[in-house]
Amino acid sequence: MTTFGQVAVRPPHPPADRPALEVRDLRMRYGSHDVLKGVSFSAAPGEVLALLGPNGAGKTTTIEILEGFRARSAGEVDVLGTDPASGDEAWRSRLGIVLQSWRDHRKWRVRELLAHFGAHYTAYRQPWDVDELIDTVGLTPHAHKRAGQLSGGQRRRLDVAIGIVGRPELLFLDEPTAGFDPEARREFHDLVHRLADESDTTILLTTHDLDEAEKLADRILVLAGGVIIADGSAEALSLRMSTTAEVRWTRDGQRYVHATAAATAFVRELFAQYGDEIEDLEVRRADLEDTYMALLRTFEGSA
Amino acid sequence: MTTTALRTGLQRGLIELRQSFTTVQDLWGYLFPTVVFLVVMTLMKGSTIPGTTFSRGSMTLPSLIGASIGFNALTNTMQQLTLEREDGTLLRAKALPHGMTGYLIGKITTISGMTLAGIVLLIVPGLFLFDGLEIDAMTWVTLVWVLVLGLVATLPIGAVLGSLFENPRTMGVIMLPMMGLVATSGIFFPLSELPSWMQGLAQVFPLYWLGLGMRSAFLPDALAAVEIGGSWRVWETLGVLGAWSIAGLVLAPVVLRRMARRESGSSVAARREKALQRVPG
Repeated sequence: MTTFGQVAVRPPHPPADRPALEVRDLRMRYGSHDVLKGVSFSAAPGEVLALLGPNGAGKTTTIEILEGFRARSAGEVDVLGTDPASGDEAWRSRLGIVLQSWRDHRKWRVRELLAHFGAHYTAYRQPWDVDELIDTVGLTPHAHKRAGQLSGGQRRRLDVAIGIVGRPELLFLDEPTAGFDPEARREFHDLVHRLADESDTTILLTTHDLDEAEKLADRILVLAGGVIIADGSAEALSLRMSTTAEVRWTRDGQRYVHATAAATAFVRELFAQYGDEIEDLEVRRADLEDTYMALLRTFEGSA
Repeated sequence: MTTTALRTGLQRGLIELRQSFTTVQDLWGYLFPTVVFLVVMTLMKGSTIPGTTFSRGSMTLPSLIGASIGFNALTNTMQQLTLEREDGTLLRAKALPHGMTGYLIGKITTISGMTLAGIVLLIVPGLFLFDGLEIDAMTWVTLVWVLVLGLVATLPIGAVLGSLFENPRTMGVIMLPMMGLVATSGIFFPLSELPSWMQGLAQVFPLYWLGLGMRSAFLPDALAAVEIGGSWRVWETLGVLGAWSIAGLVLAPVVLRRMARRESGSSVAARREKALQRVPG
């Protein structure tokens, strides 16, 4: 990584005339099984969206429809102003797709492969400079290795580099950090921030890592049972669920924990009663994981 | 915009060829059969074609050159397409602008180059080892048109078969009959030595005609006498190879398009799961 941690704050996005991504009442049926039962959401240009949901909720199906890799059963889909079902090559050149790789292009060297893939975009725009891109994903020491000789994490960085070599306006990331170690994950998060902020790339990612979703996404979509059951920032979601907060303190050398929905009132009461005896006070709001689990429980209860 | 596909396709083909010529495993794949064939043909040198004093070894060389064009183009295309669909190479191509067309142009370049390398490896030592061959300008003219037509007749058919097979490990279903076809296509002994129904069957497929075409290029005209009809049957060769070419060129785009449409991240993931269950680790 060349520019570490320089983009902690994300400026608010200007209102866009047209969303980068718009999905209305998307439905997908396999035989008699409905996988998507009316999914609707949109993304403004430059926005980072995380799609969360249990396995089998239809995340991959949704992304594949948006990528133009899968025909939908019903609904309206608009990706960069085009219906993916009839997207042409110029449209395709504006998309970046980070695929889960396995063992393709094993004999290709990293630099050679990225230069080759970049060459597909020159008719539309200037692709990334190969060496700069390799440096950005941290593969410079491995630039002349064959793809088959890379470790799992290195291979994944190459996947990311392939996804962005054409400077996409819209980037799809399907479980991008699966198999990353914490350091690689951190570096990847910085890269996503840079793409969103410096190149104004719209990003749609799926992940099982809630911490990752909270760190990266402007907005979180929760897909369960074929519908979007929540759509908002991590804070908005936790407020909506009005989940309980956890209050911890020490008094007389003894540790106390109390869960309450009205943390402020409880803490005021606590000080009124014990005053200076209270030490090491901690109030922890519900994190995204609590919110997410609460959302799923509510959904399953109503379904 | 099609220039993108042509440019990237040729680039892909040349890179893959270079990789192929610098990978030990691939080099072994080129050299091993060549050495085996050269040894077999050398052992056949002593025996002569019935009714002539011409060595079987010298007759087999051009036949093998022809057959290897069809065999290599068809099986390599089929194999690479099935393997690269399983490992996700095709999906990567699908995610790129003009990627699928580029991939196909690349594949045609790679396979043609590999096929050419295969016959050069037979021709160069063959010319020194075997007597009685008649080499002149027409040899090379005939070689070129038979090679080009042979590639066009067999490569698209390989692509069609490759698209139909999901699992690279079931390709034996095609490889076995292919071996049988080589054995009965007049490569190692004249077709006239076979029962007539087998002669008829062999003449349906391109391998016999590729062998015949190369014999007409390398052998003295007098040897046409031992062929069916006592002639090199150039027009019939053009006709049969042309028919296979048309069939392949009509069929391949339809089948390839259908196959490509079905590729997605989840279809590759499903094949990966299946393959990992078969091969632990």
